[in-house]
Amino acid sequence: MGEIISTREAYGRALCEYGENPDIVAFDADLTICTMSCYFAEKYPERFRNAGIAEANMIGMSAGVAATGKIVFCHTFAMFAAGRGYDQIRNSVAYPGLNVKIVGTHAGLSVGEDGATHQCIEDLSLMRTIPGMVVINPCDADETRAAVKAMIEYKGPCYLRLGRSGVENVTSSFEGYDFQIGKGITLKEGTDVTIIATGLMVQIALEAAEFLQEKGIVARVIDMHTIKPIDKDIIVKAAKETGAIVTTEEHNIIGGLGATVAEVLGETCPVPLIRHGVEDIFGHSGTAQALMVKYGLTKEKLVEKAELAISMKK
Amino acid sequence: MEKEQRNKLLALGMKIREQALKAVQAADSGHIGGSFSEADILAVLYFDKMNIDPKNPREEERDRFVLSKGHASPALYATLALRGYFPVEELKTFRNVDSDLSGHVEMTKVRGVDMSAGSLGQGLSAAVGMAVSAQMYKKSYRVYAMVGDGEIQEGQIWEAVMAAGNYKLDNLMLFVDNNNLQIDGTVEEVMSPYPIDDKFKAFNWNVICIDGHNPDAIADAVEHAKACKGKPTVAIAKTVKGKGVSFMENNVNWHGKTPDSEQYEQAFKEIRERIEELEV
Repeated sequence: MGEIISTREAYGRALCEYGENPDIVAFDADLTICTMSCYFAEKYPERFRNAGIAEANMIGMSAGVAATGKIVFCHTFAMFAAGRGYDQIRNSVAYPGLNVKIVGTHAGLSVGEDGATHQCIEDLSLMRTIPGMVVINPCDADETRAAVKAMIEYKGPCYLRLGRSGVENVTSSFEGYDFQIGKGITLKEGTDVTIIATGLMVQIALEAAEFLQEKGIVARVIDMHTIKPIDKDIIVKAAKETGAIVTTEEHNIIGGLGATVAEVLGETCPVPLIRHGVEDIFGHSGTAQALMVKYGLTKEKLVEKAELAISMKK
Repeated sequence: MEKEQRNKLLALGMKIREQALKAVQAADSGHIGGSFSEADILAVLYFDKMNIDPKNPREEERDRFVLSKGHASPALYATLALRGYFPVEELKTFRNVDSDLSGHVEMTKVRGVDMSAGSLGQGLSAAVGMAVSAQMYKKSYRVYAMVGDGEIQEGQIWEAVMAAGNYKLDNLMLFVDNNNLQIDGTVEEVMSPYPIDDKFKAFNWNVICIDGHNPDAIADAVEHAKACKGKPTVAIAKTVKGKGVSFMENNVNWHGKTPDSEQYEQAFKEIRERIEELEV
């Protein structure tokens, strides 16, 4: 079993590691020890500023620093980045195409006990509808580190979605794993159905595929770490070769990965598609694990969805 | 300031208004009132005080200007054209579907524009970011920004004001275009921001109250800001919305309305006469 580590922790270490690049500047909105920007802040205090609990201004300041030629990472919870900061991200960052990387941590239900006000299940949707935004949702520590490197090399606005809870490191064990923005990764080959997963649902998808295997169903598993630009080729190939698709995400089934895949399939290669995720309902307080069960984000539910998708094949 | 220089700057303020009005006339759309109230400040900044080179609009060490009240673009575009960033004739394409001169200021397409703005309350944060960057990387450029007095009703403005005071950004100077009018009436009627000076003082800013149509006062305020250490400076500039055209002055209707042909004729006549007076 791989190491258990949250993507925010892996992110904090990666930003610190790549932070030796003198053009990198970081802001946080009083959450450095939660978003883990604290590592960078401690090592490079001259290139870090705390914006206080004022996310709109933090995003605007990030745009201003980026307008002077720097690479800016700004941090807060996903809810207060993509939600509260939406207008600032759209108009001050994305419209002028500035090199700001918005890092939204504590995304999804797995924030846990803080409850619905802090459980952002709309950020992928909000961010991907902004023209020109890159939207990345890594599933584990190694993928997060690779994403940070790729974001630094990519010039332009990006949104990075991270989680609070520990997740198993799974991607490093796959031979030939190569992270590229906009390129999904086939983690398991299959012929009967394809599970396209993003974020911490990738690990659950791998478990579900094993479960299906025992039932004689060979499921393909795709790690879709980039929601935008979406990897159309890998989706179409999966649709043609397996004939049924299930998407799975720790996000509202409206607007996120499932919606993106539906758009691609509808316009290119319509096959049965079942969207697994949060079913247009707000979260609740509870442990992360209890919430995942309560809202059906489990391998058992995912297996049901896969079987449903297969049953819909003509 | 010598009389000759003062008259030159006042004439430039009127020429900015003239070209801004031509742009609005060509588009049959655009914001005149707020363009006219800020024109004299733009004249002093762009033709006297800012360290800029129209031939190198992206020069790293240049001073920056952020028009947070991005709808008052006709005056900024006119200023940039008159300063030599792009041909004055281009102003006639303002708001045209094939033009680079959008309704609200746009940095990626228009030479000389340092920040895109339009959604009120956001530009000041970007200006604070530019000043933070200079502070971090020990650059000597200065950052100027302009907000409207209606715009400061936006909460984000006060987040930015708090941050600039907290970071001690003495390389930042803000102008509040205090023309006292916004779309729905006077700023007091709609949502009073007064007292403006005390609010900035409370956020640890250096505060100056000036006549926003007096080049001496504007220029002195800029020098005063440069000399002030450890604090950002705000010049609360008392201005007249629609300044320069008799029937537009202090009239709330001229925020976003366009004149009819007779009114254009009258407006251009008044502006021309004033320029000729100043250039004698």
